[in-house]
Amino acid sequence: MWQWCLIFGMTAWLALATPASAFIAYVSNEKSNTVSVIDTNSWTVTKTIKVGQRPRGIEFTRDGKFVFVAVGDDDSIQVIDVAKQEVVDTLPSGPDPELFALDADGKMLYVANENDNTVTIIDVEKRTRLGEIQVGVEPEGMAISPDGAILINTSETTNMAHFIDTKTHQIVANVLVDARPRFAEFKRDNSEVWVSSEIGGTVSVIDPVKREVTKKIAFDIPGLRSEAIQPVGIGMTKDGKTAFVALGPANRVAVVDATSHKVTKYLLVGQRVWHMAFTPDEKYLMVTNGVSNDVSVIDVAAQKVIKTVQVGELPWGVTIAQP
Amino acid sequence: MIRWLVAAIGLSIAATPVLAADPIEIGVGYLGRAGVKPKLSLVELPAENDGLAGARLAIEDNNTTGKFLNQHFTLEEVRLKDNEDVAKAAAALAERTGFIIADLPAGDLLKAADALRDRGTLLLNAGAIDDRLREQDCRSNVIHVAPTRSMLADALAQYLVWKQWKRWLFVVGSHDQDRLYADALRRAATRFGAKIVQERTFEDTGGARRTDSGVTLIQRQMPVFTQQAPAYDVLVAADESEVFASYLPYRTWDPRPVAGSAGLVPTSWHAAQDQWGAIQIQNRFAKLNSRHMTALDMQAWTAARMIGEAASRTKSGDSKAVSDFLKGPDFSIAAFKGRRLTLRDWNWQLRQPILLVDGRMVVSVSPQEGFLHQVSELDTLGADRPETKCKLR
Repeated sequence: MWQWCLIFGMTAWLALATPASAFIAYVSNEKSNTVSVIDTNSWTVTKTIKVGQRPRGIEFTRDGKFVFVAVGDDDSIQVIDVAKQEVVDTLPSGPDPELFALDADGKMLYVANENDNTVTIIDVEKRTRLGEIQVGVEPEGMAISPDGAILINTSETTNMAHFIDTKTHQIVANVLVDARPRFAEFKRDNSEVWVSSEIGGTVSVIDPVKREVTKKIAFDIPGLRSEAIQPVGIGMTKDGKTAFVALGPANRVAVVDATSHKVTKYLLVGQRVWHMAFTPDEKYLMVTNGVSNDVSVIDVAAQKVIKTVQVGELPWGVTIAQP
Repeated sequence: MIRWLVAAIGLSIAATPVLAADPIEIGVGYLGRAGVKPKLSLVELPAENDGLAGARLAIEDNNTTGKFLNQHFTLEEVRLKDNEDVAKAAAALAERTGFIIADLPAGDLLKAADALRDRGTLLLNAGAIDDRLREQDCRSNVIHVAPTRSMLADALAQYLVWKQWKRWLFVVGSHDQDRLYADALRRAATRFGAKIVQERTFEDTGGARRTDSGVTLIQRQMPVFTQQAPAYDVLVAADESEVFASYLPYRTWDPRPVAGSAGLVPTSWHAAQDQWGAIQIQNRFAKLNSRHMTALDMQAWTAARMIGEAASRTKSGDSKAVSDFLKGPDFSIAAFKGRRLTLRDWNWQLRQPILLVDGRMVVSVSPQEGFLHQVSELDTLGADRPETKCKLR
């Protein structure tokens, strides 16, 4: 009898411990040409979707019904239907798309074309290309300001963050940052935009009004040569207080106090950590580990890695549906 | 092209008001010897614009960046004929450009460096791999982008030792540069714990590299040449002159791999390199030049990009400002090698990973895991600070 009680009790306890809402994460696997679907309740892969060649940038649409994934070697962006869990359409992205940004209402998509020194603008509903913007050599990182007025594109060999007016599609400012800028992220209050420099080893904090670098965040991990510290993905909490920076082959995610810009902690994750996404409740942060073929789950409040989920080969990007 | 131009013009009008002024013109010279180096393999015969094509791509890249900074780069090529005086040509070129990318043999490079000594012209050595240019014959107005023989040899040795191929049968050509490469390989063997079980010399008795009779004779010669060797793991060949090494793979008496000047070869770049975003530069290069990118192309690209990088950081095209930045603590360059490249401040040699290629694929990249260094793992390749003979003047 007491055993039954215990089992019943445990089941009840487990049910209580389960998060009120589970989310779905999509992870692009650069080498396998697949996308892994992860249930954030059980932290298991529930489905593996075949996509085109070399999937990297990946993003949910605003309504959560579709996932866009850039398949660079097929020169297109594929559209995954979340209900069917399969590719249902293709967007005309221009050559070699890598990262892209959706505007606030989800109507306009801006794509970085690495091979062509351009940013392509796509009308999502009509599935047509509206135009392109000439930027620096090897465009990569893409971010849209919270007010939607400015698009940031980083160019990896030109070493700049280009500020593009989303109305006129003209470049209005160019800010030099350290070598090989790969990713840009705005604070929600538009007070700062952060740009990671993979080869330079820093994150530049840019004032979006003055359009100049106000601070550079450097990283120092005892026992590691500075060349191994290669910042790529950045995640910032909605309140703008805490940031997480993926440090590539340093196999760590840096936790940064986003107010003082000081690094407070380094979290050991898998090998060659690339990009990251928060669950909508900001309880968890998922980061992709390129070389170890898995995803680390970070408990945001505790600042601890709590779980590792095996995915496909060379996971690169991750996106999580909003509820 | 026209579309691109129109876009570029549109951009420069729309961009920042600063661009209303005339752009800063930054001239870069390219000084090389005419003629093509001999190769045993037809597929490896260099194109006439070997090296230059890389510099051209970097000038394009610099100009894409320059659009946003109001800087404009141009490239001027000078090819020396057989007896042309290098010092005179370098001085004439320096009248027009503050930077010269050199693809010259060691002796010529020194003559050019000394001729430009008091002019403030910066020479970037893209072609010569001689260690002496970074050691006893180093010059303060020369930055070395090409790796040295000892860097190449160390990169290979680290891999062979990692692979546990520690017993080397060593075959050396009979020309001067073969002996220099052999010296570097011998030093590498001692440094990383490999053992040369026997050394043989392959005499160049003259003769054509291409004949109608073809491989029949070679197929008989090479097994005989390599027979009766003590037990060994790998045959290491030093044949920069391209006389025999490429004949060795698959023809050794004992079934053993070949490395050095054939088989597994250390190099600064290869057309098969696609890691770390390299596919992007390979694509850009192929689009511009309709061929594969060689090591010399990459070395020249890196040299011209270094000038562009320093010009954008200093917002200047002045050779002193650029040179000071390159030699300062803030300089580093991204060159698709997975980490930043910096200069050794004792001899202005560019630190760089070295690729090991088999002709079709990149097999590995050195430094190998586990070869540690207190400053930079890249300094496990080549002569390090404590052993340098360079006194920069």
